[in-house]
Amino acid sequence: MPDVNLHVEDITRVEGHGDIVLNVKQGKIEELRLEITESPRFYESMILGRRWDEVTHITCRICGICSIGHTSASLQAVEAALGIQISQQTLLMRQLAFCGETLQSHVLHVYYLVAPDLLGVPSVLPLVETHKEVVIMALRLKRLANDLCAVIAGRHIHPCAMKVKCFPHVPRKDDLRALRERLVASMDDLMDSVSLLKTLQLPQVEREMEFVSLYHPDEYALYRGTEMISSRGQRVTIPEYKQMFSEYVVAHSHAKHAATERGSYMVGALARFNNNHRQLRPRALEVATALGLESGCMNPFMNNVAQVVECVQCTLDAIEILDKLCDLELVLEDPTVEVKAGRGVGASEVPRGQLIHDYTFNDEGLVTEANLVIPTGQNLNNIERDMHAFVPGILDRSQDEIRQFLEMLVRAYDPCISCATHLLRVKFV
Amino acid sequence: MKPTVAVFSFTGCEGCSLAILECENELLDVLNLVQLVRWREAMTETAQEFDIALVDGSISTHHDVKKVKQIRELCKLLVPIGACAHNAGLNALKNRYGMGQVKETVYGDAGAQFDTIPACPVSAVVPIDFALPGCPIDRGEFVRTVRDLCLGKTPRLPTYPICVECKKKENVCVFFQGKFCMGPVTRAGCGAICPTYGDGCEGCRGFVDDPNQNAHKETLAEYGLTAREVMQHFDMFNSYDDRLP
Ligand code: SF4
Ligand code: SF4
Ligand code: SF4
Repeated sequence: MPDVNLHVEDITRVEGHGDIVLNVKQGKIEELRLEITESPRFYESMILGRRWDEVTHITCRICGICSIGHTSASLQAVEAALGIQISQQTLLMRQLAFCGETLQSHVLHVYYLVAPDLLGVPSVLPLVETHKEVVIMALRLKRLANDLCAVIAGRHIHPCAMKVKCFPHVPRKDDLRALRERLVASMDDLMDSVSLLKTLQLPQVEREMEFVSLYHPDEYALYRGTEMISSRGQRVTIPEYKQMFSEYVVAHSHAKHAATERGSYMVGALARFNNNHRQLRPRALEVATALGLESGCMNPFMNNVAQVVECVQCTLDAIEILDKLCDLELVLEDPTVEVKAGRGVGASEVPRGQLIHDYTFNDEGLVTEANLVIPTGQNLNNIERDMHAFVPGILDRSQDEIRQFLEMLVRAYDPCISCATHLLRVKFV
Repeated sequence: MKPTVAVFSFTGCEGCSLAILECENELLDVLNLVQLVRWREAMTETAQEFDIALVDGSISTHHDVKKVKQIRELCKLLVPIGACAHNAGLNALKNRYGMGQVKETVYGDAGAQFDTIPACPVSAVVPIDFALPGCPIDRGEFVRTVRDLCLGKTPRLPTYPICVECKKKENVCVFFQGKFCMGPVTRAGCGAICPTYGDGCEGCRGFVDDPNQNAHKETLAEYGLTAREVMQHFDMFNSYDDRLP
């Protein structure tokens, strides 16, 4: 068996900068690392001393892809700290924007970043020639998801209309009805993509893993959760999240790693599916079955299938929310807030997994302490464990195939490396 | 021959390169105009030569400095896109602290291993040909800019403030609701999207040329404010700019 010396610099088709290092001598792995080389951004120094009403607009800029997710977790944290209850109207609007973002991110990831691997091309560009209808369909789905975000939140990247307590504008019912029609029509596109996916082959590998996600008793947890649960059976309330796992710094990564008592764990679409599949809509479950995804699935590559299942879930959720919003008398709500000292934790299931914002404010409403736990950071340890488990089985292949396999594995997790380096962990007086 | 284009990301959220992908309706037209040859976020191909380099993110490590200098050598036109690349954007908020302190705050004792320098715009390190402002960039402005660059024209930014666009949309001024707005001193071009959705402008597109002269006096007069007072209020996106009082 030939030795392997791989250094993949700047893994492509992921957000952010990461390298893979693999050295194998005489069939033995000597070095195997996923290095996160992204420049750290130091968000904590940016938000310390910032006002309660500014902090969300700063932290939503941690990530361009899931800025609505960061906004959601951040607003929940601020509201928990200040003891603010939001109205049904605001909750529905936030959940709708969240559906839009999840759809947009999953479509982007599955079609633009992962599909080229499965179709044997280096990027989506050659597909414009060979699979034009698929590319146009993906563009159409993404456009719809963006428009959904825009009607509610102003725009998808860094939503300007999501504020503490309420929205500063009221959406027009005509716009809501138009979106509803387009969503209903988009189910055909989604089903076409399911048919396409059925013809593609994902790597078949498995490893015993732990899955961690949020849980909400009344819904498939996305925008919010009441607890954090693990496939091992452990459950904690959101403010106690530190009892579920701990974070630590490793020398080769600008992003912190995380582990539960058992060790590494996976977060994201597959974790949500495994933990909460009973709460999915029947149509979404049907799609899972059609694509061979069953609960307890331990193949990380199936994360992309779980993303497609969630696209169906989010589309149907969005249609239902739009109906509810159209039935409500939408009003411009009073934004007044009483500022006080306190700590609040907010948590959302962003496309890549559970995201936690934890802020402490002083009695002037200024941030004195903050902690952010980012999904990719939580997954990094698990991706490395996967690599250690799967590499011995493919050492007989060419270096190129091994490299391709490792890159595909990283991409299957949909890592958002640029945000992973923006962890906040502040101890301050 | 279509001009070749490469996209690079430095310290930022990559929202600006994502915004390119969000030009869904125009994306195929843009691809008719230019040939994309390198873009880590979207493709595996890695061309070593290209006519236009689009760069998002601030320069905030020694590694960034080295890499942006290399890119400058490789391209004919270098165009920073987005607030981070244009005027250091949000990233400059960390500059007010010592770099040792920011490392310790995030990573504790392990912080010493990380490379970080005060965040700066691309133009502080290499000469640039044009910069697109905004956090994120405006899609329409992006498509127009690419078109202009392909035609050999120099793209232009509006010279008037956000208020002009805001008044055109017949928005009720948010000052009227007791909110604050950077619109009078901020360069237009986003269609006043934030005030249109009922929120104040945060100034992500940077100041108009000479904000003291060219601020929207009418709006300021209505609320008895000076340009300086408005500029002092929000340093979120403009803390690198030495015009901030
Ligand atoms: S300017 Fe804004 S959207 Fe663009 S990279 Fe920077 S933070 Fe992201
Ligand atoms: S101050 Fe702001 S809200 Fe008022 S007119 Fe100017 S841009 Fe519009
Ligand atoms: S209104 Fe202001 S903050 Fe909003 S996008 Fe335009 S320039 Fe940026």
